Amino acid sequence: MELIFEISKSGRRGFIPPKMDVKPYKLTSEYVRKNPPKLPEITEGEVVRHYTNLSRLNYAVDTGFYPLGSCTMKYNPKLNEKVASLSGFSEIHPYQNPETVQGAMELMYELGESLKKISGMDAITLQPAAGAHGEYTGIAIIRKYHRDRGDFSRDEIIVPDSAHGTNPASSAMNGFKVVVIKSNDRGMVDPEELKKAVGPHTAGMMLTNPNTLGIFEERILEISRIVHGAGGLMYYDGANLNAIMGQIRLGDLGFDVAHFNLHKTFSTPHGMGGPGSGPIAVKSFLADFLPVPTVLKKGEKYVFDFSHEKTIGKVRSFYGNFSVLVKAYAYILVMGEEGIKRASSMAVLNANYLKAKISKILKVPYNDRCMHEFVASTINLQDKGVKALDFVKRMLDYGIHPPTVYFPPIVHEDIMVEPTETESKYTLDRFVEIVEKIVKEADENPDLLKDAPHDTPVRRLNDTQAARHPVLRWKEN
Amino acid sequence: MDPYIPHTKPEVEEMLKVVGINSTDELFSSLPQEKRVKSLGLPEGLDEFNVFLKLKKMALKNSDAQHFTYFLGAGMYNHIIPSAVQQIVSRGDFYTAYTPYQAEISQGSLQTMFEFQTMICELTGMGISNASMYDGASATAEAALMSVRFKKKYKILVSDALHPEYIETIKTYASGPQVKIEKFLHDKNGMVSIEDLKSKIDDETAGVIVQYPNFFGVIEDLKAIREVSKDVMLIVVTNPISLGILEAPGNFGADIVTGDGQPLGIPMNFGGPSFGIFAIRDDKRFLRTMPGRIIGETVDVDGKRGFVMTLQAREQHIRREKATSNICSNHALGTLYASVYLSLVGPRGLKEIGELNVAKSHYLLEKLEKTGHFKRKFSGEFFNEFVVETDINVSNFQEKLLKANMIGPVELDMFNELFKDDSQEKFSKGELMFCVTEANSVEEIDHLIAIAEAM
Repeated sequence: MELIFEISKSGRRGFIPPKMDVKPYKLTSEYVRKNPPKLPEITEGEVVRHYTNLSRLNYAVDTGFYPLGSCTMKYNPKLNEKVASLSGFSEIHPYQNPETVQGAMELMYELGESLKKISGMDAITLQPAAGAHGEYTGIAIIRKYHRDRGDFSRDEIIVPDSAHGTNPASSAMNGFKVVVIKSNDRGMVDPEELKKAVGPHTAGMMLTNPNTLGIFEERILEISRIVHGAGGLMYYDGANLNAIMGQIRLGDLGFDVAHFNLHKTFSTPHGMGGPGSGPIAVKSFLADFLPVPTVLKKGEKYVFDFSHEKTIGKVRSFYGNFSVLVKAYAYILVMGEEGIKRASSMAVLNANYLKAKISKILKVPYNDRCMHEFVASTINLQDKGVKALDFVKRMLDYGIHPPTVYFPPIVHEDIMVEPTETESKYTLDRFVEIVEKIVKEADENPDLLKDAPHDTPVRRLNDTQAARHPVLRWKEN
Repeated sequence: MDPYIPHTKPEVEEMLKVVGINSTDELFSSLPQEKRVKSLGLPEGLDEFNVFLKLKKMALKNSDAQHFTYFLGAGMYNHIIPSAVQQIVSRGDFYTAYTPYQAEISQGSLQTMFEFQTMICELTGMGISNASMYDGASATAEAALMSVRFKKKYKILVSDALHPEYIETIKTYASGPQVKIEKFLHDKNGMVSIEDLKSKIDDETAGVIVQYPNFFGVIEDLKAIREVSKDVMLIVVTNPISLGILEAPGNFGADIVTGDGQPLGIPMNFGGPSFGIFAIRDDKRFLRTMPGRIIGETVDVDGKRGFVMTLQAREQHIRREKATSNICSNHALGTLYASVYLSLVGPRGLKEIGELNVAKSHYLLEKLEKTGHFKRKFSGEFFNEFVVETDINVSNFQEKLLKANMIGPVELDMFNELFKDDSQEKFSKGELMFCVTEANSVEEIDHLIAIAEAM
């Protein structure tokens, strides 16, 4: 498709601002822009057509199955969008008098209370803008906690080798050394390995549970005891909370700090990569370290509380991604206690059903009971010269979004499948049929996979050229 | 049954059979059973309509821009949003898509992001833009860390005329890698004191952060700032909507430009989400240390133009603890708002909008001064907000404005509680900052002035 700059015609306009109704003011000339920015000049109709046509090149949850492991691409209810766009939520300013935004503060307070109930934690901040931002915030809290106790020697965070890349990165951004421990042959944290890794330098451990293989860390209570015994704190990476919400609470498993991905577990849309929202919940002994302000209820009034003496400060401006909070709260209200439990049940059922079917077709390296996702491998297709990447690219031709590929890094040629609870048995069965077909194709005509995709708006793109000769903006010829 | 979960009872039974278990409870047998939770204490689920009513009731308790006129800014602004913006961003093909990891079926996302990067380069006068950060504050904190990485020096100088929440965010981000944050002062014009800045730059300084227009609305003299900021990275935080009429920071030699994208067609949303701008000079060495996703142009196997996420070797999913940042999700949908907005208003519209902001805010200031109750605090040129000192009863004034369906100016002393240390000069009572945009009509401004006159 043409770029919007390529359809621009000098002099055309898409929006006319109101007329000047006061005396114009001339700024000092040295500040005044000499050459206008080369923005597109087009009519409203052309703008709408351009973006509408672009949108049609996209695959999305609204168009089809999106079994992207670790991303929880569940359906995004339309009620969420409707309530978030109410002017009483979308057109209010963060600095207006709290008396004039009591409804918004009530919503933040109530959402916080709901998330505390779901997680079994004691205090919460809604400020972080994404999951990784939540991790950053949580690890900053752990750092400050140790320093506040006068313990400056704890400079290590432990992460399993199966962890999301954000875990080590969030630790490093907080100035920590990252200690990676190897998973055992069942894909789980080995408590013996962990015992060797902990010590007076351990500030904490970051853990996704179920882990990125979709396996619940059975020995979680023992893991928490080992880390706590060494003086460290336990951090819960909430990316995979959809597997266990309503079944068990993080606080009861020994976690001290946890983040939520509202854009995964609580059905808010991913928006092509964001905005998300990554609230952080903590046990009561860490409440004073939370970013400011938090929302408190005093009698019938809601107030912003800046009084935290030990706060890590702010991690962004204002109070968080408020409109995402509205959507997540709407979801929790619709689901209720039973719905939340049913969501995790059906998510885990879907994954196990799919794994049972797929394991007859592809290798499934850790074939225990999985939780909300599982990892399969296309390694058996290797002798045909077919890689996991070829395999998933062929899926595109069948109109399906492929699973996550080459993650976690501890399995070769892996695909990571997370169906979520919002997909029907029919959709899962169709997915299985497609996988079966592609495996057959790999055997009969491997080039069909190696050259895939064939039927997409563009075909396989040259990543190497993009990186070697970066073209990162449009320029006039 | 649940509207979002499709499983019928017979289907569940059939699926359990395939899995080889008898009940859904067995799915959770690997959890420590003694810790299983009986009740979360959440209420029963509600039907869609009743949830809507409940949330509508909450929304109605808030005073919003559909019913009130705003004279409040300070980092979040009430601008006119063209109708087409909401229509486009509400397309499910955009907002329900994930990060474009599968480029072949994400060209819509990727091309809009590539176009966005181009528009940000054009606005800021910089060579390279990424595909967004979370917001202006975190983008600026990341810029501080990038200059530390690049210069391998551990001191950042921050203007005290930078937004207080941005300063606090930078301080948080600086605490892990133990970067020293030092402030330099503003002068009576409300502009960076060049003398003070000059005296604080030393061999340990990696970067200097200024805001343009600054927190007080005043337009900084970037030329003078660049001249004294030799051998350090100059980070300029900008308000993008002002760049239709203000000279681009890139043309003054900025190394990194950050800012909050909210003014470009995004509703105020009680403070978020918007997106963070992050643009750098066209320099390969800079590019390698830049955080965030970047979209690049390439070709497919048939030679057809296409777009991909590129230079990912900087990012956490590849580099893990050695990544340039931990950022994963960004604020892509916010960039779509901005792209559609900028495409609609075009260069001429953006200039006119800028002129309206400048003219209307100056109109209000002039009339306020005439009432005899308000004194301009800073003499520097400003864009769409300005600080005044007043001797009137502020809460009384705000109350009267509210009764007249107006959301009044920000009282700067509200920021004092944010500063836990004494490094920042505290604001005094009676310091107000008014903001006027193209969304304020002359009648509304006159109405405010009439109330001010009667104080």
